[in-house]
Amino acid sequence: MTTDVGPQMVTIAADEDVVRVRQLVRIVAVGAKLSLVDQTKLVTAASELARNTLVYGGGGGAEVTVVDSGRRTGIRIVFADDGPGIADLDLALTDGYTTGGGLGLGLSGARRLVDEFEIDTAAGRGTRITITKWAR
Amino acid sequence: MERVPVLKIGDILLVSIQVDMQDQTALALQEDLSDRIVATGCHGVIIDITALDIVDSFVGRMLSSIAAISRVLDAETVVVGMRPAVAITLVELGLSLDGIRTALNVELGMELLARSRADEPEDLGIDGLSATT
Repeated sequence: MTTDVGPQMVTIAADEDVVRVRQLVRIVAVGAKLSLVDQTKLVTAASELARNTLVYGGGGGAEVTVVDSGRRTGIRIVFADDGPGIADLDLALTDGYTTGGGLGLGLSGARRLVDEFEIDTAAGRGTRITITKWAR
Repeated sequence: MERVPVLKIGDILLVSIQVDMQDQTALALQEDLSDRIVATGCHGVIIDITALDIVDSFVGRMLSSIAAISRVLDAETVVVGMRPAVAITLVELGLSLDGIRTALNVELGMELLARSRADEPEDLGIDGLSATT
């Protein structure tokens, strides 16, 4: 059974909101007793995905929740936007692929940094990405 | 938007990033630093990231750009003070920070710059040419 503890929302509409997402995720990760390396990985992944939400999704939100599987504690973050969506997901998840002039590491890199990564998107339907990192 | 100060110490420009940078702040730093390299004629840049608890792909790209721009402007960049957890995360993210020299702290970074400047062959000016003939 999974019990969830108090989701916290951050609206992502401007540059400084990406910083706010990072700061909230750091606080929650410390509270959930993730190791320093795991905190760093999760905050970095959140930073990449929050920027994607802003730049590619045209803004949206992040919801941070502490989850408990009964055996271990983790942090789940959902990034959602109502932007154009991703038409070719395999391509978007390829290292080095970008439509925005970046390094093309945001999506693929973020996936490597977390334990669970789910993406729900289609052209014209927005994007919803859920990541989870468990305390070891 | 906050700005990151650029300090001149002898022949070196020192940037110590102490804030959680917005993307715009990172872009502004790139421009400020380029201007200061040209204005001061400094040959070395040290970027201290001791206070940064993450380096994501945007900041990583900024560091690579600064190193490349500096090189074109005849200055060398050394990034110092990266935390171990940041290094582990960067590698897993897939960022290799190509073309960036690193040192563990500011002092070692200054030594690195001094050494590499000393190792560089002198420009072959008129004197150099006449000396070989």
